[in-house]
Amino acid sequence: MSYAANLAMTLPELVLGVGAIVLMLVSAWGGPGSTRLVSWASVAILAGAGIALTGPAGNGGPAFDGLYRADAFAAFSKVLIYIATAIAILMAPGFFQRTSGDDLRPEYPVLMLLSAAGMGMMVSATDMLTLYVGLELQSLAAYVLASFMRRDARSAEAGLKYFVLGALASGILLYGISLVYGFSGTTLFDGIAAAYAGQRSMGLLFGLVFVFAGIAFKISAVPFHMWTPDVYEGAPTPVTAFFASAPKVAAMGLAVRVAIEAMGPATDQWRQIVIFAALASIVLGAVAAIGQTNIKRLLAYSSINNVGFALIGLAAGTPAGVAGVMTYMTIYIAMTLGSFLVVLQMRDEDGQPVETIASLSGMSRTRPALAAAMAMFMFSLAGIPPLFGFYAKFAVFDAAVAAGLFPLAAVGIAASTIGAYYYLRVVKTMYFDEPVTAFPRFEGEVLQGGLIAVAAVFISPLGYFAIPLLGGWAMAAAQALF
Amino acid sequence: MEGFPILSLMLAVPAIAAVACLFLPAQTARTVALIATLIDFALGIVLWTSFDIGGAQWQFVEQGPRLGFFAWDLGIDGFALLLIMLSVFLMPICIGASWRSVTNRVPEYMAAFLLTEVLMIGTFAAQDLFLFYLFFEAGLIPMYLIIGIWGGANRIYASYKFFLYTLLGSLLMLIAMLYMVQTAGTSSIPRLQAFDFPAHVQTWLWLAFFASFAVKMPMWPVHTWLPDAHVQAPTAGSVILAGVLLKLGGYGFLRFSLPMFPEASGQLTWLIFALSSIAVIYTSLVALVQADMKKLIAYSSVAHMAIVTIGLFAFNRQGIEGAMIMMLSHGLVSGALFLCVGVIYDRLHTREISRYGGLSINMPRYAILFLFFTMASIGLPGTSGFVAEFLSLMGTYQVSTWTALLCTTGIILGAAYMLYLYRRVAYGEIPSEEVRAMPDLSSRELWLLAPIAAVVLWMGVYPESFMAPMRTDVATLLARIDRAAPPSDSKPTAGNPAAAAKAAAEHGGEHGAAAAGHETTPGEAH
Repeated sequence: MSYAANLAMTLPELVLGVGAIVLMLVSAWGGPGSTRLVSWASVAILAGAGIALTGPAGNGGPAFDGLYRADAFAAFSKVLIYIATAIAILMAPGFFQRTSGDDLRPEYPVLMLLSAAGMGMMVSATDMLTLYVGLELQSLAAYVLASFMRRDARSAEAGLKYFVLGALASGILLYGISLVYGFSGTTLFDGIAAAYAGQRSMGLLFGLVFVFAGIAFKISAVPFHMWTPDVYEGAPTPVTAFFASAPKVAAMGLAVRVAIEAMGPATDQWRQIVIFAALASIVLGAVAAIGQTNIKRLLAYSSINNVGFALIGLAAGTPAGVAGVMTYMTIYIAMTLGSFLVVLQMRDEDGQPVETIASLSGMSRTRPALAAAMAMFMFSLAGIPPLFGFYAKFAVFDAAVAAGLFPLAAVGIAASTIGAYYYLRVVKTMYFDEPVTAFPRFEGEVLQGGLIAVAAVFISPLGYFAIPLLGGWAMAAAQALF
Repeated sequence: MEGFPILSLMLAVPAIAAVACLFLPAQTARTVALIATLIDFALGIVLWTSFDIGGAQWQFVEQGPRLGFFAWDLGIDGFALLLIMLSVFLMPICIGASWRSVTNRVPEYMAAFLLTEVLMIGTFAAQDLFLFYLFFEAGLIPMYLIIGIWGGANRIYASYKFFLYTLLGSLLMLIAMLYMVQTAGTSSIPRLQAFDFPAHVQTWLWLAFFASFAVKMPMWPVHTWLPDAHVQAPTAGSVILAGVLLKLGGYGFLRFSLPMFPEASGQLTWLIFALSSIAVIYTSLVALVQADMKKLIAYSSVAHMAIVTIGLFAFNRQGIEGAMIMMLSHGLVSGALFLCVGVIYDRLHTREISRYGGLSINMPRYAILFLFFTMASIGLPGTSGFVAEFLSLMGTYQVSTWTALLCTTGIILGAAYMLYLYRRVAYGEIPSEEVRAMPDLSSRELWLLAPIAAVVLWMGVYPESFMAPMRTDVATLLARIDRAAPPSDSKPTAGNPAAAAKAAAEHGGEHGAAAAGHETTPGEAH
């Protein structure tokens, strides 16, 4: 295969990488004044990367001698990642403008682009080291983003915590990779799969456990979730929204690809780990959220909870299960980005962000449309039909039942009732409690309002009309792995 | 009427009106809601008159597009027809009952009620398993808001309890549904009703469905959400909760548990009978000591619903027809009783029984109607309650003498708590000046209660109108489940007294248990 063909298959990453470097130069010379330009240019670059997926990058097969693969699964994940990243870039200016302290700097969209390039590598990697490089590129950008409000102590704390624990997780993952490499003699996924299909040594099993532990950290599954609430709470809200969406998709994509492609023959071994992580995430994500008073922390636990549900699809280990995971992540990022867009609207008279759940009291009277959208996101996250979040749960549980995992399905779905409690609490605060001071409206937020409306329509029952399309793509993406 | 999508239209009218209400001022929203519900009632009458009694099992069938995991398939049989009629009949009354008493956030209130109507009709009309589930479960959202926003003092606790209790039950049912659809390869309810699951699988599926329907019904011991939800809900909310939403449980047993899992239903009849017998006696006794009127009626609902479940699981015509009539009758009567409570609550703003008394002196019209509905609840001949209880218990007697005996005590206890309630509220001295100042029924209130009274009387005097549409459906159901019918515990053996004595000695006080293996050939108890 010619080098040009290889490059064509990695076109989205090239677009993002080159774009990020050019924009970095623009921002170095343009200074803070160029923020607006750089932001829109970044969105355009993300769109360009998305368009690049229509070429060989969308369905080209292996590239660079099997280090990288451009298939439908990667393309599906990348589309989600780019959309989520673009929205995270677009929601930032409104937040930073009115927050005292640091303004939005043009580095913000540039870092987002770099992170997106890393995430693209994560979902396309078919080699342990490609995977690791992609993961680190994504993580390093994310550490900086978490502490983007330099003068804010909580933001700095979030960045530091994220960095230290992230480095630990990378260490665990690398240790696992080294074990796998040591006992299989290769870092290529198909070689590893061949090793797992043969005589399985203790070393390979240990490698598997460590790799999954490292991945569990990245998707913030219990018991490697402890960084999530602190980082989500401390990071600037648009960054939190980003963390809760795009890197989740990327890490989940990575988990699925490693589990199916590299360790598919050892499904029985990793299934136990995934089942434990799924149930523990669902239960802990739900129980720990009950006592929260900060909406961002609540959404952090909600993301842990949701990752648990997505893992139920992975536990099935079938094409339907993988399709369920992808469907789940699609609907999940719509719900989660929508919720964070509403959280961005929570501000006092001076424009300072307000984060207590109690401040939502009576929002149904003061901002009825916003409250209705938030209520829809909450009911949808709880998986109550007819909202679209129900279909997300439906897809993963359908796969689990088809795979014969009845106890997992029954326990998992019963535990979702606990989760429903705290989502209901948000609705209760908005609808049943007496109004406190209203959140003021600010000029020039048509874009954010529009994004909330789009997310709300997507997760409304109208979303069901997207099922044939979404289901078809998710299934095509899943088939690419088997 | 064939080919015209009347069921979709019945769903569309309140759905559009619900959206419209959100953007309208209070008074216009009330009018729009009333008109929409009346249009639906009119459509319901069209539905009933053009329903071909004795014709095809499924009528007004609509085959819609398939959206991923479910299809927009609608269609009704006699059971669904009657329950849809109940819903569309009660709905305008609910809107009317809230005309003056709800002044807070009226557009949202009307929208929530109209949405509830859509979901109720959808639940009864769905012919696709997952479409049914969507409607069934979605009903939680508007009801949660109705209880939580417009409810009484302790509304938040009640709304949570209602939501989480019913959600937990339904989720297990969803898992069972996933399995059924994967195994049978279809999500069409008529086809699933003809599919035979292996007996050991049936038991699990039955239990999963039971978890949902028992909570919805509600059956003892998972009934505790009901008194809270009823007491805290606004009057119209209680009417719709008691009138229609409780019927979803009974409808579920009728539509799913019995025809889809006949063997499991037969094996687990003892469970239904035991829980129902306890429910009748226990909740009746609890109702007897209530100081809160709504709570008393809520507990009486649990007792009445137990009569429904024993009737359904009697596996014979009388039982099933009685259960169905009981659902309709209870929907009307308890709805009317909640309206009666609402009438005096609007005047004195308390549900405390001891605050009232002597209402027959200053509110004679109210006292007469209240007495009528009290009698209907007790099951006085000539009212719908009698037909329902009589048929249901007669059906049960053929299967289990003991259950019939225990549940019949519920009628006596029912008379006790209802008459005791009526005595305290309507008779005696007027306790205070406030009560003396209460005006009699307004013409609006009269117009709400009179139609219900008329239908209750109609159902009591000429139940044939209501039994005819479901006759063939009962026959179809019986043909399906007859093979799994539980054995009767009463074994009259003509001409063989020795065997009868032996059988009696073996059975003792146990009803129905282990009789399957019996070697004697008992005569039919029918």
